[in-house]
Amino acid sequence: MEKRNLKGWLYLLPAIVFLGFFMVYPLIDVFIYSFEEGYNSASQTFFGVGTYNYSYVLRDPYFLQALKNTFILVIITVPLSTGLALLISAGLSSIKKVRNLFQTVYFLPYVTNTLAVGLVFMILFKQTDYTEGLVNLIINFFGGSSVDFIGGPYWAKMFVLCLYTIWVVMPFKILVLTSALASVNQDYYNAARIDGTSRMRIFTKITLPMISPTLFYLIITGFIGAFKAYSDAVALFGTELNAAEMNTIVGYIYDMLYGEGGGYPSYASAAAIILFAIVLTITVINLLISRKHVHY
Amino acid sequence: MKVVLQNLTKKFPGRGKEKKDVIAVNNFNFEIPDGTLVGLLGPSGCGKSTTLNLLSGLQTPTEGKIFFGEDDVTHLPAENRGIGLVFQNYALYPHLTVEQNIMFPLQNLKGDKKLTKAAMQEKALEAAKMVQIDGLMDRKPAELSGGQQQRVAIARALVKMPNLLLLDEPLSNLDARLRLQTREEIRRIQRETGITTVFVTHDQEEAMSISDMIVVMKDGVINQIGKPQEVYDEPINLFVAKFLGTPSINVFTGKIAGGKLYIGEDAVMDVPNVSDRDVYVGIRPEGFVLSESGAFTCDLVGVEVMGRDISVISKNAASEGESIRSIISSENVVDTSKKTVRFDIKPNKLFVFDKETEERIEF
Repeated sequence: MEKRNLKGWLYLLPAIVFLGFFMVYPLIDVFIYSFEEGYNSASQTFFGVGTYNYSYVLRDPYFLQALKNTFILVIITVPLSTGLALLISAGLSSIKKVRNLFQTVYFLPYVTNTLAVGLVFMILFKQTDYTEGLVNLIINFFGGSSVDFIGGPYWAKMFVLCLYTIWVVMPFKILVLTSALASVNQDYYNAARIDGTSRMRIFTKITLPMISPTLFYLIITGFIGAFKAYSDAVALFGTELNAAEMNTIVGYIYDMLYGEGGGYPSYASAAAIILFAIVLTITVINLLISRKHVHY
Repeated sequence: MKVVLQNLTKKFPGRGKEKKDVIAVNNFNFEIPDGTLVGLLGPSGCGKSTTLNLLSGLQTPTEGKIFFGEDDVTHLPAENRGIGLVFQNYALYPHLTVEQNIMFPLQNLKGDKKLTKAAMQEKALEAAKMVQIDGLMDRKPAELSGGQQQRVAIARALVKMPNLLLLDEPLSNLDARLRLQTREEIRRIQRETGITTVFVTHDQEEAMSISDMIVVMKDGVINQIGKPQEVYDEPINLFVAKFLGTPSINVFTGKIAGGKLYIGEDAVMDVPNVSDRDVYVGIRPEGFVLSESGAFTCDLVGVEVMGRDISVISKNAASEGESIRSIISSENVVDTSKKTVRFDIKPNKLFVFDKETEERIEF
């Protein structure tokens, strides 16, 4: 028995070592850092242990700004992108002729580099010396006045960021949902039709419950992904996110580590743990809700 | 409600190189009398499920008409036909309980027909009682056995009191014992409710045992319609003769010459009014009578004792099948030490078919 156990552990060893070094150890380390006050990474020293890092971060206006931005981003983009993806994939499933073409078109943003998409958004929204940007030209055409989407008011910048995020995350959701919809047995729809079920009722009472596991997966990963947003903001507003009021939590953590005025691994760790706590809470809430509404 | 099919045809566009249309249902004409149980019978690919889909309205015919009673329903969408359909895989909604599944059709009712929740529950319970699953109302379909799922599916189809009940291979997903039990159940429910019922099957025994009328189909063409016993006793062609009956009919090549029917060299029967020609001869297993002086001689292979009867396995050069199976009463004694066995043939169990057309020749 002992010997067999040993063999088992031996098989697991490579994975355990790898995960231990690169996943578990850093996680524990971050947790420890977050409680070490005034940690200096060069000299490996700190003053004391306590919750000062947390209270600093939670009072840092940049962090609060990042927290607010991230929450707005999550609350707007997760439901909107999932809902839109559901609508589009339901539409895609009900057409037959050019379905493959549309599926490809909708999937293109997924294989496009984030920064390349960012560039396209610049053309759409950025005002330069030469042009107002495509969207402003359209606004002007209808008699509106130009809005500075990239360097202007907060709501305009947030609008572009949300639009960008939705645009980037939707293709994957459409892909997953289309295949989920296609895997629903046609007999259920036929049975419902014969019983005179309205299209709306078929959608809410049959289609939605049938694809609920997929939908739930997308919502959870959507939440987590949106909380971890960073590259999107950089693609649109550059690396000076604090100045642009467009920082996110992950952006704040990065700035605290490597950014200008950075070099505070303790604050970064505390912020990372706070982010972890938020994501964990949201995921647990999601799981609790899903027990009632997801049918496996 | 009686159902009438008039010149009903369904073609599917061909996919191969030749783009030849596939005719799944070819010019069907028949009437299903009110309150009867009709079995659509045929090998797979004969168009029986397509016929069912045309009746249900899930597919529309290429040509021809369907009447429910006096109403032309050919182009009426499925949801307005007021039919119940039990799918081969039952298609129970997995996320709903048995009760919710049965209530589902009732919840779709609108306007005057709309029911209160209590009324729906009462009706659902009534339907569940009819198929004896009223103790399982809170279960999910996954928690039921195949036979119970089948009953739920029937209850769901019955709950809105359809004027036509369609069953697609209702017994194919059940084990042998359950199949026997369920087919009697279907018969009982059909009798109790008096709902005109059409069911599809490839199992001739199933169709024979419970139908008032069977429709034997092959390659989209109706071969014969009639009461099960009539079709069995008077098959109009070789296909129908072969398709009905277990063990299946023994087929021989033979010829008619000078008013006598020959199988190989043996003249087995007088057929005075038929002109000379090559024929197929079909003899039902129960059509053989052991006789020392019998006209038909076969090489004895073996004997299987099955209690009530014995089945004699023999061979004959003229036989189309590998061996000949004849069923005789177990009171007979077969001397297995002999190499040959001789039979007399019961005239009403022997059918003669033209070799070219495979149509039955009366004599």
